[in-house]
Formats: sequence, C-alpha cells, structure tokens
Amino acid sequence: MQFGIFTVGDVTTDPTDGHTPSENERIKNILTIAQKAEEVGLDVFALGEHHNEPFVPSSPTTMLGYVAAKTSTLLLSTATTLITTNDPVKIAEDYAMLQHVADGRVDLMMGRGNTGPVYPWFGKDIREGIPLAIENYALLHRLWTEHTVDWQGKFRTPLQGFTSTPRPLDGVAPFVWHGSIRSPEIAEQAAFYGDGFFANNIFWPKEHYMKLIGYYRNRFEHYGHGTAEQAIVGLGGQAFMAKNSQDAVNTFRPYFDNAPVYGHGPSMEDFTEQTPLTVGSPQQVIDRYASMREHFGDYQRQLFLMDHAGLPLKTVLEQLDILGEEVVPVLRKEMAKDRPASVPDGPTHAALVAKRDAAGAVPELLEAQVN
Amino acid sequence: MTTRRVAVVSAGLSQPSSTRLLADRLTEAVVRRLGDRDSAGEPIEIEVDVIELRDYAQDVTNNLLTGFASPRLEGAIEKVTTADGLIAVTPIFTTSYSGLFKSFIDVLDPQSLTDMPVLIGATGGTERHSLALDYAMRPLFSYLHATVVPTAVYAASSDWGTADADSSTSGQSSLASRIERAAGELAAQVRDSDRSSRVVDPFALPVGFSPVGGYGAQ
Repeated sequence: MQFGIFTVGDVTTDPTDGHTPSENERIKNILTIAQKAEEVGLDVFALGEHHNEPFVPSSPTTMLGYVAAKTSTLLLSTATTLITTNDPVKIAEDYAMLQHVADGRVDLMMGRGNTGPVYPWFGKDIREGIPLAIENYALLHRLWTEHTVDWQGKFRTPLQGFTSTPRPLDGVAPFVWHGSIRSPEIAEQAAFYGDGFFANNIFWPKEHYMKLIGYYRNRFEHYGHGTAEQAIVGLGGQAFMAKNSQDAVNTFRPYFDNAPVYGHGPSMEDFTEQTPLTVGSPQQVIDRYASMREHFGDYQRQLFLMDHAGLPLKTVLEQLDILGEEVVPVLRKEMAKDRPASVPDGPTHAALVAKRDAAGAVPELLEAQVN
Repeated sequence: MTTRRVAVVSAGLSQPSSTRLLADRLTEAVVRRLGDRDSAGEPIEIEVDVIELRDYAQDVTNNLLTGFASPRLEGAIEKVTTADGLIAVTPIFTTSYSGLFKSFIDVLDPQSLTDMPVLIGATGGTERHSLALDYAMRPLFSYLHATVVPTAVYAASSDWGTADADSSTSGQSSLASRIERAAGELAAQVRDSDRSSRVVDPFALPVGFSPVGGYGAQ
C-alpha cells in the first residue's frame, strides 16, 4: 500500500490574509512540498497538469525532474497527464526520460482534463475527449512496449518506422493509472490493459465510486489480468488536522468556505459527511481512511490533496508532518490487517521488472528479431 | 399487479402555493383517469411522488456548484427520472419558468428524461403569460427528448375564481376542463409506459466501443 499527496497546483488567494502567491512562489512551494513528502515518510508525490490560470504546472516533467534529483525514495507521479490534448509521442519521450533520470521512480495517471478551452487551444475537440483518450493511449502503450512502431489513427499524423527514445528503463514502461470520476469507458480501458484505475473521489459521494471501482475490478478479471480483488486501485483523499478537532474545524473553515471548487456551496459539515474530506484530529482521519477498504476493497494507493485553496506553505508543511508522522504509519498497519496475500502491493518499477523477468520474456529483443 | 409511478415536480416558492395547488389538481385528475386497470385489463397500482423543489433549493444550488447531488437530492432525482410520467409545474417569473425550476432541470442527466411522458403546467398572476408554457417549457422538454402532451395547463390568479359556467359563456375552456383534457392525455401515456420497470445499466458502454480505439488505430 502506497501513501502520498497530489496537487493541482492552483494559485489561490489565502482568504484569511488576502495574500496571493506569485507564480514563482507557488512553483517553489510545490517543489518544497514534494521534498517534504519524502522527508515525512510518504511514498508518492503526484503533480497535476494544467494549461490555464490559476494553475501553474504546465510542464510536469520539468518540476518532477527537479524533485527526482532532490529525493531518493519518493515515487513521482502525475494527477493527471492530459492524454487527450498532449501528443502521445511526446508523453512517451518525456516520461521515459524522467524514468531514467529518476531511476525508475516514475508512474503516470492519465486524465482527460476538465477545462473546455484547453481542447481547442491544443487543436482538439472536447466532444472527442473519450476517443482521444482511448486512441492516444493505444499509441503511447505501443511506443513503450514495441521498439519500432508503424501506426495510423484518427487524431495525429501517421508513424512509419518510429522509435520513441529513450526506451523505457530496463525495457519496462512506467506504470499507468487511468483516472476517471464517472466514465465507464476509462474504467474499461484500464481493465483492458491491466493498468491501474484511480478514482478521484474527493468531490463526490462514495456510493458512486463503489460502483465504478466495482465495475473496473470485474472487467480487470474479465480481461484475464487476475482476480477482481487483484485489480490496481487508487483513491483520492483530503484532510485537515489539528490535535484538537475543533481547532482543525476553525482553522480550515475559511479555506473551505472560499475554496475554488466547493466554496460558497455546501456547508463543511455536509461536505465532510458526503465526501472523504476529513477535518479533525489525526485519529478521526485514521478512522475515516482505515474504513475506505470496507467500501472499495483492499487497494494500492491513497493520495491526499493537502495544499490547495490558498493554504500557506507553513500550514501545508505542518499538515504533512501530521500526515506522515501520526496518520500514515497507523494507516499502514490498519490496511495490512487481514489483507489477503494475493492482493498486490502498490506498483513499483522494481516489481514490474521482476514480474517481467519472472515471465521469462525479453520483449524488446524478441521484437527486434521479428522486425 | 403492475405498478405505474407518477412524479410531480412543483416549483412554487410560497407556502401554500398556487403552483402546488395546480400540481395537486393535475395529479388527482391523472390518477383518477388511470383508474385501477392497465390497457390489458390488469389491475394497476398508482404511486405518486411529489417533489416540492423549495425543499431542495439548497441541495440544488450545492449540486450546481460541486457537481454532485446530496443523497437527499439524489433520491428525488431518481424518483423523477425513473417515473412513468412527470407532471411539471412552475410559476412563471419574468416571462419564463422559475430559476429554481430550471436549476433542477440543469442538475438532471440530459439523457434521463428521454421518452418521459410529461404534462407541463404553470401559474402566474395574469393570463397574459400563458404562452410561456409553449415558448419556454415545451422546448425545454423537447430538447431533453421527453414526450410533452399536447395540452399544457396555465392557471392565472383569475382562473381560481372562474366558474365553469362563466367560461362557457365567454367561449374559453375552464381551468377544470383544461385539467381534465391534459390529464387524459398524460394518463394514456403513463398506462403504456414501462419506464419505471426498466433496468438501466449505468456502465453501459457506447455501441461499438473498443478499449484500443475504433478508428483503425493499431
């Protein structure tokens, strides 16, 4: 089981003092937060990709490359990589490069993006969101698993005799998660490839995701990648903590009430009841997240959103101290209880290499002979 | 015993509300006309779910902002979208349906009212706004691929004080007769509907969907 944080990289005014960080300040803060994640014992840092204000991370591999150099165990991921508007050839190259730079500490989460104009800005049609996600990933997958690719599709120029470089580290592609909040097509895609499925459940009630994840698990089994309980599931989460739970509520309320996504809408009390957001003592967070597997089954990755809505860096770093030192160690034990041995751990490069070697195949060499 | 379910959405803001009064009159007439037998002569049971949108105003706004329905609102949406027929009544504000009514429609899945038999009704201070039913309400439901019955019922304040006899001498049909005609039209469709017994697969993939792409990508 892997625990980590993910950030959307929003530049938001702190509602308590009116301070708006500059882009430079926010970018540097994100880099500090990522390093802090490793320092407090978390496993994963995942960065969003956006191409519109007020978000800063338009170039995730630049930032993740820096974090790779500054860390040694932290797994670097995305939340999400826009498989719709990016050229899959460039994704193949950028993330294979990052994989080498980071010695394999890289995986990705594919997403479609949620800002309409980004599609036309990148020459795409939002009505083709799902077909773009499906076709682009089909190409990306081939670029990473086959040495020389001939390819023709609907959305980009054809390829003849193309080899994406560098080749994935050790001949094993970065692990891929497919993120979706409601589309069964994406759950089906994740299941087809035996990839991970990340349900970013932080804004919606669990009943919806129980069904969606259940669907993915069943289809994972259908496609022969293992049993439904062996499917690779990731979940989002959100918490704000203080020793005394009422202090957490009082401190977080102005950030909640003015947050870009849900601010000025439901009360914090309703929202914490209906979504995984937990505002209270570390023990309340432990109790809430230890119960997730009762709803979604034993899963592989839990990411928390900790640094949005204008929270100052100092507060975020304090929150990460609590998360890493008081919450996650207990959650690791709780999640390990009665976890069937057949349920896989969170995916790592080393595990994927071992799995490939155990299967006895060296795909790149075999394929080179065929070609 | 078969069952038919009728959902009633009333968007009146005051309590008591003349919009609700009209909704209740329409509901009573539809239920009476459905009777206790279906078109094959089998006994039927009629269930009516009334959704007073005022009670969901906060939830509807929250849904607009967060993108998800509270469990309470989700229950109401489920009752509406899985009914065999819908009676939708709104006050007319500033030439159109009320904002609350439209907000509720906006949080529904746009596919969820496809084939739904709908009786539209509206209330207003003066009969001069009666055409709002036909230039605003009817296109709204047509866009959603619902089946709106031909007779829409508008009740102006004065209609509540007009006797049948008065209308017959004025050459206009009375509110009561308009209600009866509209109710008859909806009841006929509800009787033949199987919407409430349909099993909807929320994970049905589009026809022809392929997880590797459907455009010859290979």
